[in-house]
Amino acid sequence: MTDVLGKTYRPGEIIVRQGDLGDCMYVIQDGDVEVLKEENGVQTVVDTMHTGDIFGEMAIIEHTVRSSTVRASSPARIMTVDKKTFIRRVQEDPSLALTVLKVMSQRVRKLDLEVATLKQELGRETTSAEPSTGRRIHGD
Amino acid sequence: MTKAPRTGERDPARGHGDTDERPLASDIARVLGDPRTWGSGVSKEGQPGDGGTFGETVADNLKLTQGSRVAVIGGGPAGSLFSFFLLKTLALIDTEVTVDIYEPRHFDHCGPAGCNHCGGIVSESLVQILATEGILLPAEVVQRGIDSYVVHMDVGSVRIDTPLHEKRIAAVYRGNGPRTSERITTEGFDRYLLDLAVSNGATVQHKLVTDVKWPEGRPRVVCGDGAEATYDLLVVASGVNSQVMHIIEELGLGYKTPSAVTTFIAEFHMGQRLIQQHLGTSMHVFLLDIPRLKFAALIPKGDFITMCMLGDNIDEQLVNTFLNAPEVRRCFPSATVPTNCCHCFPRINVRKARKPFANRLVLIGDSGVSRLYKDGIGAAYRTSKAAAMTAALHGISEEAFAHQYWPACRAIDRDNMIGRLIFGVCHLIQKLRFSRRAVRRMTFLEQTTPSSRRLMSSVLWDVFTGSAPYREVLVRTLHPAFIGGLAWNLIAGNAPNARVREDKTMVS
Ligand SMILES: Cc1cc2nc3c(=O)[nH]c(=O)nc-3n(C[C@H](O)[C@H](O)[C@H](O)COP(=O)(O)OP(=O)(O)OC[C@H]3O[C@@H](n4cnc5c(N)ncnc54)[C@H](O)[C@@H]3O)c2cc1C
Repeated sequence: MTDVLGKTYRPGEIIVRQGDLGDCMYVIQDGDVEVLKEENGVQTVVDTMHTGDIFGEMAIIEHTVRSSTVRASSPARIMTVDKKTFIRRVQEDPSLALTVLKVMSQRVRKLDLEVATLKQELGRETTSAEPSTGRRIHGD
Repeated sequence: MTKAPRTGERDPARGHGDTDERPLASDIARVLGDPRTWGSGVSKEGQPGDGGTFGETVADNLKLTQGSRVAVIGGGPAGSLFSFFLLKTLALIDTEVTVDIYEPRHFDHCGPAGCNHCGGIVSESLVQILATEGILLPAEVVQRGIDSYVVHMDVGSVRIDTPLHEKRIAAVYRGNGPRTSERITTEGFDRYLLDLAVSNGATVQHKLVTDVKWPEGRPRVVCGDGAEATYDLLVVASGVNSQVMHIIEELGLGYKTPSAVTTFIAEFHMGQRLIQQHLGTSMHVFLLDIPRLKFAALIPKGDFITMCMLGDNIDEQLVNTFLNAPEVRRCFPSATVPTNCCHCFPRINVRKARKPFANRLVLIGDSGVSRLYKDGIGAAYRTSKAAAMTAALHGISEEAFAHQYWPACRAIDRDNMIGRLIFGVCHLIQKLRFSRRAVRRMTFLEQTTPSSRRLMSSVLWDVFTGSAPYREVLVRTLHPAFIGGLAWNLIAGNAPNARVREDKTMVS
């Protein structure tokens, strides 16, 4: 296809790898991706994202390695946004940073919800297994 | 695309509006640099130039509030983006206003009637920023994703790829394609942006604005059909090919029209397959030693190729000389340039307007300040957003625009000064064959040696794409590695035996 923007990824293709140093963020032009967290060699899908979503924004804000792996879960078209282009523009128009802030706040809200759900589930499990020691939900 | 004469359109015979009574250069620099020295002027009808209703001189009163009415003249990129950002920002602070966009063109028409006459390149930086804003250009709007530039010179051609091998430059139609195009799947860029503004609450008035009055310090818009309406804020985004700028100038609010020069655009039909074969997904730019020619490019799009020429007093003779150059003909099948199916001589903003704001008035996009030769749509985005944020959050007084809007214009204008220097150097390269050899050699080696630093490539890329500020480009050319590399290539590229070797190895 010549009339499209970005780079096309096949399903399963890695877009960013956890631990790599990054200097750009990504906007999904079309398609779906999944976010994977690798802990002790085990990969867990922690989120999915779709057309219009932004990811990899932490690398733009702090000089750090990618916190997760992102791979295409359908044919996906992704556009990179250079750190330099973004920062240069934010300096002139700080309101642009709001878009990234919005992404981050939505992510925090989603995480809060997930933590609450997990705690509730863990609480239920713990309560049914050991009715008298409910406080162990903090889990260690 | 030939521009149809319209009532209310500027008479080209009137010149560019800033030719008489030129003040001293030092005065201009001082006055333009400091908005406090501009004063407000007095309107042609004798109303106070502060623009408030009588007694309303306090800037604090000049704010958009619930139910305010905003008129935007022109639904090109500047007008549509202004409306989009204004409505979006006001929605965040729970303020509802009326935004009427006056735009006589129907962008879904093919040919001149629906077109805003431009090369149609949405720059790499703008594509990225729009995507960050949530404005993703869909496939129906993008006629071709561009991932490389090919620079053609008499000493050969050289291709510059993006380091990421990613299509981040969009070639678009401003209308619905050239006169003969019939693709109904095509959506013009301007139509897409206008729809975006409408989906955020703006209303389009398909009318030509023929006059602007300023009764009791408020803008009153008069249309070709005789309809009139008064507004709290007037936003002029009518570009440089319109009479409206002169109407505003005559109001006496301190505004002076920008300078503009005539350019040339033509469209050639070649079909998708041949375009892919001959031009691919590259924009083709020409550094040719042709008198009066400053810059020329071929831009592949869908079934058509757009040709853009910038230069001094562009006329038919200059166009023919360019089209007959072997470097240009080589880009077409059988080295034959087909007859163009659509052409026009639009004007381009080359020097900023003076004081593009007053109380209740702001001029954005080409009617105000634009980037020199490159990324005019990017400049329209920057000025329209700055004006929208000012109007939504800081007020619509002259003071608010001077403090919040003008800095964005000034940044573009200051960068243009450096741009003039850079284009001067480009012009010199166009004239000096030995320098063209060095530029081509340095770029070619950078592009074909994976480990080499992209010094010349990145400079040329940013000059041609308009993606980085000219200041940044200049700083990069002052780096010792760049100077050293250029010096070495000047020697190596012009040594007699090197020339023979290169001509055999460098792919055109
Ligand atoms: C040859 C050439 C090539 C160019 N190539 C590029 C390029 O590749 N990339 C790039 O970024 N920039 C390019 N530009 C610059 C770009 O076209 C402009 O910077 C950009 O269009 C400015 O947008 P605008 O909205 O300010 O004005 P315009 O796009 O000119 O829009 C003005 C709108 O106002 C409307 N209007 C005018 N008068 C009236 C009236 N009386 N009443 C109501 N409506 C009215 C018009 O119909 C029009 O829709 C090029 C310019 C030229 C001349």
